[in-house]
Amino acid sequence: MIRFDQVSKRYPGSHEALKGVSFELQQGEMVFVLGHSGAGKSTLLKLIAGIERPTSGTVLINNQNVSKLRPAALPYLRRKFGLVFQDHKLLYDRNCFENVALPLYINGVTGSEAGKRIRAALDKVGLLGKEKAMPITLSGGEQQRLAIARAVVSRPSVLIADEPTGNLDENYATEIMGIFDAFRQVGVSVIIATHNLHDTGDARVLRLNQGQLLSAEEGALPA
Amino acid sequence: MKQWLNQHQQALQIVLTRMRHNLLATLLMFCVMGVTLCLPGILYVIVDNLNRLAGDIKGEPQISLFLKQDIKADTINDLDKKLSLHAAVKTYRFVSKDTAWQDLQATSGTAEITHNLEKNPLPDAYFVTPRNLEPVAIEALQQEMQQWSGVEIAQADANWVKRLYAMLELGKKAILALVLLLGFALIAIIGNTIRLQILTQREEIEVSRLIGATDRFIRRPFLYAGAIYGLGGGLAATLFLASVITLFNSSVTEIAASYGSNFHLALPSLATSLIMIASALSLGWIGSYIAVGRSLSKLN
Repeated sequence: MIRFDQVSKRYPGSHEALKGVSFELQQGEMVFVLGHSGAGKSTLLKLIAGIERPTSGTVLINNQNVSKLRPAALPYLRRKFGLVFQDHKLLYDRNCFENVALPLYINGVTGSEAGKRIRAALDKVGLLGKEKAMPITLSGGEQQRLAIARAVVSRPSVLIADEPTGNLDENYATEIMGIFDAFRQVGVSVIIATHNLHDTGDARVLRLNQGQLLSAEEGALPA
Repeated sequence: MKQWLNQHQQALQIVLTRMRHNLLATLLMFCVMGVTLCLPGILYVIVDNLNRLAGDIKGEPQISLFLKQDIKADTINDLDKKLSLHAAVKTYRFVSKDTAWQDLQATSGTAEITHNLEKNPLPDAYFVTPRNLEPVAIEALQQEMQQWSGVEIAQADANWVKRLYAMLELGKKAILALVLLLGFALIAIIGNTIRLQILTQREEIEVSRLIGATDRFIRRPFLYAGAIYGLGGGLAATLFLASVITLFNSSVTEIAASYGSNFHLALPSLATSLIMIASALSLGWIGSYIAVGRSLSKLN
């Protein structure tokens, strides 16, 4: 479903963030991208989501070459993915409900249908009681869960999370990973970047070091 | 189709909510635009009304020859012959003092004045339309006729009409220039307001883009905002203009009445008002479109 073929990415005025990376991911797989900060994890995720374009090589998403897409087609590609950002990127001028509503509005879903789906998403991450709360009043773990609710509300086939547990203590981190696993179990592909080996369990791991893919070992999927 | 309507309704709703939250700022914006649009509007009303007033006056330049009161019939015949033979004269028309007197008495408003006069004060007169309408040629002809015997005054009464028309033309050009300049100003004002709004919503725009919002989706609420500012400004301008005219009218009718006229300033017609509102709306939309386009390409 997602295929990287000799993909390199160089940012202007900088070293290569990714060097000749090749791998393939299947629908419904859970994959961890492991590496130190600066190893190219975020770049890899951005290339998958069509936020960045490769300098060389090809990125195929559902057999579509991302580099060849017109800029106007990119937004529609991005809608296939649910994104959870390292810094949440929540909007602090509106309440939880409205934060989760944003992707639905972008997809043109409004009214009672939107309301139903927003509450369902909030329910899945355990924030149903907080729909009227402002994000700033939530704890770090709750904010991350809100970000996940926003990522899944439009029912994407792929969930991409960049260091979702980076700033959380262990309890919260386990909880968040549990939520991701629940999505994996209903057939959503989950791609998570992390620098913490303990997070990965026995899932498949893409290990990055200074922009190079060290291994793409197949791990047994967690039960 | 339903989705399309949904998206527009939703964008409009967002904008209206934002405007309601910043009601004072929004109303001030309407006022700024209203006053700006009102200026050429007032000028237009002045020129339009003068035009109406001048419409009654014939634009054709004429030379009036007022003859001496004690003129003899022979001299009149001589003059008639001279005029019919003169190369520079296109047409001419004789109005005897009696005809003129009857005309004057028939004219409403002057009946009271003429009633009080014991005898006819009007002279016989010729009204001459020259062949060459250049102001210089008319003046030369007028000076020549002034020398003719039996002519009391030769008056080229076309000049002021021409000047009036020239001034009206100037007024129209001034309106055009003012409309262009202020239109540009409006685009700049709205563009800047929208730019500031984009800055305060920068985060939202960035996040929306990351999760798959099209440029059109991002642009839509701002375009609505610009158009609504334009609409509000246009309505405010119409209101201001109507108030100014009403305020002036009480004085204008008073002055006009003292001249025995029932002239008054006409309010701008429905079509004029609608054009003003529609152009304000489009200017708002254009200003907003430019601002959003620039900001979006900067964010890219």
